[in-house]
Amino acid sequence: MSEHLLSVQDLHTSFFTDSGEVQAVNGVSFNLDPGEILGIVGESGSGKSVTAYSIMQILADTGRIVHGHVLYKGQDLTKWSKKQMRSFRGKCCSIIFQDPMTSLNPVFTVGSQLEEAIRLHTDKRGAAVKARAIEMLDLVGMNEPEKRIRQYPHELSGGMRQRVMIAMALACEPDILIADEPTTALDVTIQAQILELMQDLQKKMGMAVILVTHDLGVIADMCDNIVVMYGGRICERGTANEIFYNPRHEYTKGLLRSIPNIANMKQRLVPIAGTPINMLNMPKGCAFCARCDAAMKVCLDELPEEMTINENHKASCWMNVKAMVENGEGRADQ
Amino acid sequence: MTENILEVKNLKQYFPVHAGFFKTIPLKAVDDISFSIGKGETLGLVGESGCGKTTVGRSILRLYEPTAGEVYFDGQLVTDKNITALRRQMQMVFQDPYSSLNPRMTVEDIIGEPLDVHHLYANRKERREKILQLMEYVGLNAEHATRYAHEFSGGQRQRIGIARALAVDPKFIVCDEPVSALDVSIQAQVINMFEDLQAKLGVAYLFIAHDLMVVHHISNRIAVMYLGKIMEIADSDELNAAPQHPYTLSLMSAVPIPDPKLTRARKRIVLEGDVPSPLKMPTGCSFRTRCRYATDRCAAECPALQDRGNGHFVACWNK
Repeated sequence: MSEHLLSVQDLHTSFFTDSGEVQAVNGVSFNLDPGEILGIVGESGSGKSVTAYSIMQILADTGRIVHGHVLYKGQDLTKWSKKQMRSFRGKCCSIIFQDPMTSLNPVFTVGSQLEEAIRLHTDKRGAAVKARAIEMLDLVGMNEPEKRIRQYPHELSGGMRQRVMIAMALACEPDILIADEPTTALDVTIQAQILELMQDLQKKMGMAVILVTHDLGVIADMCDNIVVMYGGRICERGTANEIFYNPRHEYTKGLLRSIPNIANMKQRLVPIAGTPINMLNMPKGCAFCARCDAAMKVCLDELPEEMTINENHKASCWMNVKAMVENGEGRADQ
Repeated sequence: MTENILEVKNLKQYFPVHAGFFKTIPLKAVDDISFSIGKGETLGLVGESGCGKTTVGRSILRLYEPTAGEVYFDGQLVTDKNITALRRQMQMVFQDPYSSLNPRMTVEDIIGEPLDVHHLYANRKERREKILQLMEYVGLNAEHATRYAHEFSGGQRQRIGIARALAVDPKFIVCDEPVSALDVSIQAQVINMFEDLQAKLGVAYLFIAHDLMVVHHISNRIAVMYLGKIMEIADSDELNAAPQHPYTLSLMSAVPIPDPKLTRARKRIVLEGDVPSPLKMPTGCSFRTRCRYATDRCAAECPALQDRGNGHFVACWNK
């Protein structure tokens, strides 16, 4: 078997709260290869950010990986010590957060925060550190980088701050960049700038990117492969074309129907009924079945296993089994 | 031509900003804008954050005292004196369903408050009936009436906010980013509800949002704002098919389309730089610092909205 750059295997992450255990991530597996852009899409509470945080092991105190493995170049990160993880973060894998306003320290200059990251993770010292910081700011398209490194975060606009975050994340040339809703807090024209920049840098530096977002437009634009999450589980995965043009999970279908686009401009939107799932009270069967129009009895009782639609496409939905049975291709055990 | 429910003429809204110990300079949040909304019509107002779109909504309802300009509601000039009475017919739905509902009040009291303020019922029984009917309009169950706002999800809270706005049976509602705080799957539910309520009650909307696709879906006409000014205003299909202002063009090309083939095939116009500070507005056309077509004339004179036929107005010298 060829080795993947990152391989998440049957990941379970739970938060232990006063009202009980919340299984935020419930058996998630995926692989990431060098140079790939993987999109994780889902609504709030679907576990997409927690998956990303679990890889980095930056969960809140109440959260813990209860089961599963995260393999980086074949080594299991869940068995690493805190010290080893510290060297993993930044050097091998970096993360950009949603809110550039709160993820920079307001009392230090942009330069000192950027230099800190470089000093911690590389053996550059002295003037070389500053030179690298200026080089990085230049790379992410900041004008007058020499002036910028002496400025504080509050002096920069939202788009500029996100550029600083990207510069910081890429300063040590990681193999993997995790972008957690990188453009959600930004305006559309600034979002376009940042997406363009991320695409450029990805081509230039060749790192793999995990893009976590709820915006299907951003996903369509950026990603090679897509993972759709709902209720802490992966419901569908495949290439961008497969997911958008041949969705095989009722949730993905509903999501694509519910967003306004050019084709349905004059029609009524078809929303997904109900409200997002309560993670404290997970159903036995498919997490989506309470909101699903096509739900059958089996959906309530049994968790659908992942079915292969074709080599680029897998979905966990009983509807696919039903379709197979109707077409006379049913499996012996069904 | 249909009759206008709302007319805004040369509205200006400046906020004083302290620039020194004794010195204040005006922040021109809204700078001389005019538009009208027909009865039962939806006007979409789009723009980036800080362009003044929320301020427009609030100035119309006199949540701010406008610096200059007039607002006519149903032919009547809106003033400080008559605004309380007029708020019986003009209401607002706010962006954040978490902070716009009082956590200490039950749903029944939240929706009932406008009824109390305007004395719209004869007895407790009638109040209760009205509230239950409003809740039914927005798809809430009667059993929700005694609960508090924190017990609801974002989408349901937004429904409570809408029911509150509808309580006084208004003819016009300012919807300030009513769906942007909601999840995608819930957005469609709320958009459909806005459309249904309009069909049923004939209410007109000023629909403020930054999501062009949502605005296009719900609006009859769309106005595009940039730095306190309207750049382009047109029928929504027309604007989508043939946008003219360079800002509208770049805004539309920047919106990611949820269709991999389409979105990768088209050419994105990426605007350089950031929106200038509204305290240091460029001379002439406010968009010229980021515009590809900017000429000397743009720096010297500010273009006015010009009719290009079919009710399509554009403020640009070059396009």
